[in-house]
Amino acid sequence: MDFLIFQVPMLMVQASMDGILLGILFALIAYGMALQWGVMNIINIAQGDLVILGGYIAYTMYLAGIHPAWGVIVSPIIMYFVGWALYKLVINKVVDRDLFISILATFGIAIVFQQLMNFIFGADVVVAQSGYGTTMLFDNSVTLPNSKIFSAFISLVYAIALVVYMKKSRLGRAIRATAQNARAAKILGVDTEKVYAATFGINAALCGIAGALISITLTLHPYVGLPYTVRSFMIVIVAGLGNLPAVAISGMGLGLFEEFADYILGTEFRIGAVFMLLVFILVYRRFKLSKKREYLK
Amino acid sequence: MKQKDLILYSGLIILGLAAPYLFSAFKVQLTYLCVLIVLAMTWNLQGGEMGYNSFGNILFYGLGMYLTASVQVGMFFPLAEWTESGGEKTFVHTTAQYFQGIGVGLLVSAIVPALVAGAIGYAILGLRGHYFAICTLGLGIAAGEIAGGIEIIGAGQGFTTPPFPAEIVDPEARGKFFYFSSFFVLVLAFIFVKYIYGSRFRLILNAIRDNEDKAEAMGIQTMKYKIVGWMVSAFFCGLAGGIMGGLIGYIDSTDVAFDGREMGVFMVLMAILGGKGTLWGPIIGATLFHFFKEGLWTFILGWQYVALGVLIVVIVIYFPEGLMGWLREKYPERFGEVIDEKDRKSQVELK
Repeated sequence: MDFLIFQVPMLMVQASMDGILLGILFALIAYGMALQWGVMNIINIAQGDLVILGGYIAYTMYLAGIHPAWGVIVSPIIMYFVGWALYKLVINKVVDRDLFISILATFGIAIVFQQLMNFIFGADVVVAQSGYGTTMLFDNSVTLPNSKIFSAFISLVYAIALVVYMKKSRLGRAIRATAQNARAAKILGVDTEKVYAATFGINAALCGIAGALISITLTLHPYVGLPYTVRSFMIVIVAGLGNLPAVAISGMGLGLFEEFADYILGTEFRIGAVFMLLVFILVYRRFKLSKKREYLK
Repeated sequence: MKQKDLILYSGLIILGLAAPYLFSAFKVQLTYLCVLIVLAMTWNLQGGEMGYNSFGNILFYGLGMYLTASVQVGMFFPLAEWTESGGEKTFVHTTAQYFQGIGVGLLVSAIVPALVAGAIGYAILGLRGHYFAICTLGLGIAAGEIAGGIEIIGAGQGFTTPPFPAEIVDPEARGKFFYFSSFFVLVLAFIFVKYIYGSRFRLILNAIRDNEDKAEAMGIQTMKYKIVGWMVSAFFCGLAGGIMGGLIGYIDSTDVAFDGREMGVFMVLMAILGGKGTLWGPIIGATLFHFFKEGLWTFILGWQYVALGVLIVVIVIYFPEGLMGWLREKYPERFGEVIDEKDRKSQVELK
């Protein structure tokens, strides 16, 4: 094996650290997806585009002279209302219908978002400079941008805050009740329509946080939303709905996979590897279940 | 009834054959239309009839495109040199070579995607519903990303297909050639799909769509039929892709060949617009969509994707049954459905 990564062990440490920090970020997006999938039974293809939109909000702040890190507070607030509006406009009409309808409808939304972002923010690859510097480890052989550490930390803080909120608050209880049995919740006086709107808003807000963090750690471009959707979908089907520790772990696993694929296959196959991994995971699950004469539901 | 059909079909064929002479300025558009109809019709076969909504038929379309061009070049010249440095300037196909190449290329581009569909079918078609949709979406995009990294077919810089032989002086010849080949594929596809619509095979596909478990319990080997259904789709998608590659003259991995954002969505949209699960629905849907696209897109340049996205949302939410579905609800007698007047009245009263 003449891959560079196996000759230089420090690169492995580098890739692992990068992968884990990135994976926590992916897990945050996936948690949003699991939330709305579990509650509303909708697969949102526009998830990644919501992330990118959140990133562009932080980037706009950066252009206006405000430090982009404040985006992690501003962007979720704006994105909550974007998500809420999106629910009222489109999503509420596909909630009770076939999942394929929701996939196709959100696919349409994704196309609209991509193109609008292309108009407003331009087709260039942009990044917001956080100016956080880098941390050097192991005799300067592993470089870790502080922005990545910051983003992983913020993701964890928000994830924990969300879990506590879902456990303790009234709305959180209502959301969990609706997820378990929407009809029963309705009978017991929960306004499910409001719960759905709030769920989609929270999902969009989570995307906003993740997007703001991506704007300082990675790069933004109007058309890179779909890989984030697929990543979160993948994490959710591996971890299951509503299992937060599993979401975090499989997010980190995906991050690790991506970083190693990047070194071993080359950067041009990175996105291709993510999509192929999705296919392999689904096919693996399918064969595993078919032994029991079952199929993925 | 029989005679009416005969008049209809012969009229359509005459119209199809005369079209490039009647509308000689629109030959490229007509070729596009034929390809779109083929794509919509074959998507419908497994999306509408079998109930397996695939976003990944673009995989076979792109595969056919690359295969035709590669075979056409590779039969006579070194492929790697061609793609590396714009070989179309160094190597020139003679007329005979060009047509031999594209003929063999199209043959390969029909058979290989069908074989690929057969090979991956067992694994992929075991997934159901939205998992199948997402999995095929992933497949299509992965194929584009991977093709964009392979050097011998041009990688990211694209692949120029052989130019039409310069020895043929008639400037109309290129357009006519591609139009008639696409029309031929369309007729072939229509005859095949029509045959399937009258056969037991369609009933089996419908049984799979309506309830796969029950179909299996009735003793139908569903997997076998699902794979065959997908292979038929792949066969025609590959052919359509091969013709489009030659027509466009330039293959880019993600923008032309594995163009999930355009063709991949178009075929689903056209089939739904016309009405899933009907013979004529996808044809009408594709024609309408093509007119809409060409008529509107030049006026809203830049906004066409916004319009496309909005169109998808509107069609899916408000019009999921499509045109034929709507007509069927309005005039059920025309579709051979008998309605018991008494029963209908009591239904209304119940409501």
